[in-house]
Amino acid sequence: MSLKEEFELLRRVPLFAEIEPSRLKLLAFLSERVGFDPGRLIVRQGDTADAAYLIIDGHAEVIAEAPSGPVILATLGPNETVGEIGILTNMPRNATVRAQDRVIALRISKEPFMRMVREFPNISVSIMQELAHRLDAVNNQLRTCMAENKRLREQGGIAA
Amino acid sequence: MKPVAIKGLIGAVGNVEGVLATPRPRIWRWFDRDSRRAAAPPAPPPQRAPVERDPLEPSIYRFILRYSLRQQLVLLLLTLLSFPFLYYSLELPKIITNRAIKPHYVSQTIFGHPFAQIPYLMLLCFAFLLLVFINGAFKYYINTYKGRLGERMLRRFRYQLYQRLLLFPLSYFHKNSSAQIIPMITAECDTLGGFAGDAVALPAFQGGTLLTNLFFMFMQNPVLGAAAVALYPVQGYVIPKLQRKVNQLNRMRVRTVRQVADRVQETASGMADIVANDAGKLQLSYFAHLLGTIYDIRFESYQRKFFAKFLNNFLGQLTPFFFFSIGGYLVIRGPLSIGGLLAVLIAYKDLASPFNELLTFYQSFQDSKIKYEQIVEQFAPPGIIEARLQPGEPETVTRLAGEITVANLSLAEDDSSRVVDGISFTVPLDRQIAVIGQSGSGKSELARLLARLIQPSGGRITIGGTDLASFSAATVGRRIGYVGPTPYLFAGTLFDNLLVGLRHAPTRPAQYPPAVGRRRARQLTEAAKAGNIDFDIHADWIDYKSAGVADREELSHRITKVLAGLGCENDVYSLGLRGRLDPEAEPGAAQRLLEARKALARRLADEGISHLVETYDVESFNRNASVAENLLFGTPIGPVFDFEALADNHYVLQVLAKVGLVDDLIGAGREVAETMVELFADLPPDHSFFEQYSFISANDLPEFAAILARTEKGGTSALATPDRTRLLSLPFKLIAARHRFDVIDEAMQQRLLAARRVFRADLPVPARAQIEFFDAVGYNAAASVQDNILFGKIAYGEADAPVRVPAALAEVVDALELRQTVIEVGLGHNVGPAGSRLSLALRQMAGIARAVLKRPDLLILDEATSALDGQAQARVMKGIKEEFAGRGIIWVLHRASLARNFDHVLVLSNGKLQEQGDPTELFQRRDSLLTLLAATE
Repeated sequence: MSLKEEFELLRRVPLFAEIEPSRLKLLAFLSERVGFDPGRLIVRQGDTADAAYLIIDGHAEVIAEAPSGPVILATLGPNETVGEIGILTNMPRNATVRAQDRVIALRISKEPFMRMVREFPNISVSIMQELAHRLDAVNNQLRTCMAENKRLREQGGIAA
Repeated sequence: MKPVAIKGLIGAVGNVEGVLATPRPRIWRWFDRDSRRAAAPPAPPPQRAPVERDPLEPSIYRFILRYSLRQQLVLLLLTLLSFPFLYYSLELPKIITNRAIKPHYVSQTIFGHPFAQIPYLMLLCFAFLLLVFINGAFKYYINTYKGRLGERMLRRFRYQLYQRLLLFPLSYFHKNSSAQIIPMITAECDTLGGFAGDAVALPAFQGGTLLTNLFFMFMQNPVLGAAAVALYPVQGYVIPKLQRKVNQLNRMRVRTVRQVADRVQETASGMADIVANDAGKLQLSYFAHLLGTIYDIRFESYQRKFFAKFLNNFLGQLTPFFFFSIGGYLVIRGPLSIGGLLAVLIAYKDLASPFNELLTFYQSFQDSKIKYEQIVEQFAPPGIIEARLQPGEPETVTRLAGEITVANLSLAEDDSSRVVDGISFTVPLDRQIAVIGQSGSGKSELARLLARLIQPSGGRITIGGTDLASFSAATVGRRIGYVGPTPYLFAGTLFDNLLVGLRHAPTRPAQYPPAVGRRRARQLTEAAKAGNIDFDIHADWIDYKSAGVADREELSHRITKVLAGLGCENDVYSLGLRGRLDPEAEPGAAQRLLEARKALARRLADEGISHLVETYDVESFNRNASVAENLLFGTPIGPVFDFEALADNHYVLQVLAKVGLVDDLIGAGREVAETMVELFADLPPDHSFFEQYSFISANDLPEFAAILARTEKGGTSALATPDRTRLLSLPFKLIAARHRFDVIDEAMQQRLLAARRVFRADLPVPARAQIEFFDAVGYNAAASVQDNILFGKIAYGEADAPVRVPAALAEVVDALELRQTVIEVGLGHNVGPAGSRLSLALRQMAGIARAVLKRPDLLILDEATSALDGQAQARVMKGIKEEFAGRGIIWVLHRASLARNFDHVLVLSNGKLQEQGDPTELFQRRDSLLTLLAATE
């Protein structure tokens, strides 16, 4: 796996897709490859988000620590990202991610990433656009949910 | 903290040289003519015998005569003794030509022996040769003697200045720049040594010659003799007058040069702020202004100096004018014979040389005099600590006990505002006391007053009924510990810095082999001759008794314990892992570290994490080591095989050529350079990414871009050698596992292995000392302790590696009881100038540990933990309070809430003691200042 391949992988991540190739190559160069043995935590819920990960190989499970015990929310595979929103905010990790088998990931540290975002406004614009898309999608989902909710409540109200 | 104790030095100097300190011989008054201070009547004889005279004399001649009168007389005597030989060596050639080589030889008898011509000639010639030899020997001896005398005087002078410096009040260093002191002790006084050698013999000899010649002239003809000296009074009046102005200019120049030194230091210290504010131009202009001032002064001084020379030459030539005119007239008229005039003219010619010598000497004397006085003046700041408080090594240092009583203590600033204003309290010495107050409340000043670092302007402090001001420096420095917010670490090892409070005088003499021992003894005798301290710097100075240990080994454990108490033992352990151990000095430790290497390998295998460390193997390429390390397969010792310089190394190039790798590596370099130029080219040059990530610095990037442009035409093979070298330097830095460049592929790795074998096999014998090869069963003295245990590289890109490998390593180290050894290596860590190679937190810890190790009766801490985080602070506080159970602590705290666990608290505000008492009670009262202060945090 070389820089060029990593660059190609990064390009497929929606959040980074719109970034100019030269900047993205730099980001690939500033990132490092990390291997996680099976069972090792990639991020821990509650920790400060200091990096995002792009899974190159292997699988990881997303676990939320609920009062009733850990709940597995999802399983991530190659080309999926972990914690990319976290490095844009200062919020702690909202879930734990654990390597299921041996995971090879590209680690994008917060500090160089944020510096690039700050210094190259084009990057911020493309990230902003991507986030706006996501927000829009979430809004739509929310609207649907609320409508559903309302409908259910009305039904329930009738039932009660 | 005082770095060196000064033992009985002043006493020694005073006794030996006291005899010579009587009023100066009359002849020297002349030299001090325009020095008002010296014109004053000689100092009254000492009233009481034990009063010690200031070793630093106010004028240079007093200094020279006080410390070298005997040597000066010897020098004078030697000069006089040499004179007859010199005279005869000039006379003998005349006798040889006039008597021995004459065609009509008249038989000569010496001591009744008649001599034939040839034997006579030979006798005279050999006598001549002998005289030449004797003269040369005299000259050699006198010059060496002078040089040695001068150097001794210079050494004494510098030493006295430095000794003075140690007595300066602390306030001096707050108000003045140390940059001005440095040229005074170094460059400015350098010429004084040379002058000290000439001070007596030269004027005596030249003056004597002048007088003899004058006497001869008067004998020949009183009138012409009078004519020869007629202008001396004029010269003697005018020249010093002109010289005085030159002296003033010289003084100004010396002062301005000091300002230059000051400026340079300011610039160096304030570099970050100059750059941050783009203040360079202002600095440059200021500097140029200073240089301009020096130029002006120099120019004026040259004009006056050379005018004086011109005038002197003119006056000097006026005399021959009189000789020719008046003498000629007298010869023509009859009363004077022509032979007489010629004799006087020849004698007059002989006058000129000594006279000019004296004049030159006068100028150099004036120069030295000014330098000396200007330096001495600067070394007597107001408030200098009385020398009697710094006596010799005391027999015993009394322990402090009883109560500390502070009565009406005040400290006034220069503008007479009171920083500490009438503070009074009494506390038993064995209590742990907190001092609280906002900044500017006078709490830091109170701490420094209690440590006697500064003197109060009113009131007093007594400990156990004795005035603190009357304690000897040794008692205060050893029985009271003081740690300020920024403890100073001296350049050297951490160990040395921790022991500053335990090294006051040699405790055990150094063991030398006989030859070295004799040389040391000679050095110490010489030190005593120049009035320097005669302690052996190589002796063991550690005061084990004060530290409460028996020997070095116990001390080392004690240090570890203190560091553990402060919670920084692990930091020193980490330093130790990165440090180097000398296997020759400690073969046992090296052996056990090798055992640790095996144990770690076993442990990693047991835990199933062997892949986290890639072990060195001479037969395989290490993907986690750089190409350079893979090629050398060893640690470079000197600069020859420095990784940065490998591309320039002739032998390395030879090896690469032999395996045909040069062009391919240059090609790899080209690829790296292309990537770097592509990624970094449009970043601003000062961007931190360059330093953190780039293989090429911002400055070099354009150059590499240019090299790449040149490769467009004919590839890398068409490049000039320097370009090829630059490209070649890049792949050496590549680490395959980390940098993910394609260029170090499997095939390349195999070829690098071949190069490694050739490098090793062909290495010429002299170069073998420049590298220590990795050896699976041997200790590598050039590598760090950690590298020796790992014998490999921690794998890049393994999430577990940075945690699990050090943990396994620590367990192995503990299991083999090597932790103490590693900590000792860590104590040998060089802290850098002013401790710059340690974190601020560790510097503070070292400052505290230093004070704890000397086990004082009273420990004063002034915001000594401000660089630590809350948790570390709490740990340090707990550790110190346990360590000092039953002994006194006065702790100036920067947060009121920290006062909770102390026996007693003093709350200061505006220099006054606002309240004091048990902290629990004060915290309970809602209106107490302490509660208020704690609430605002």
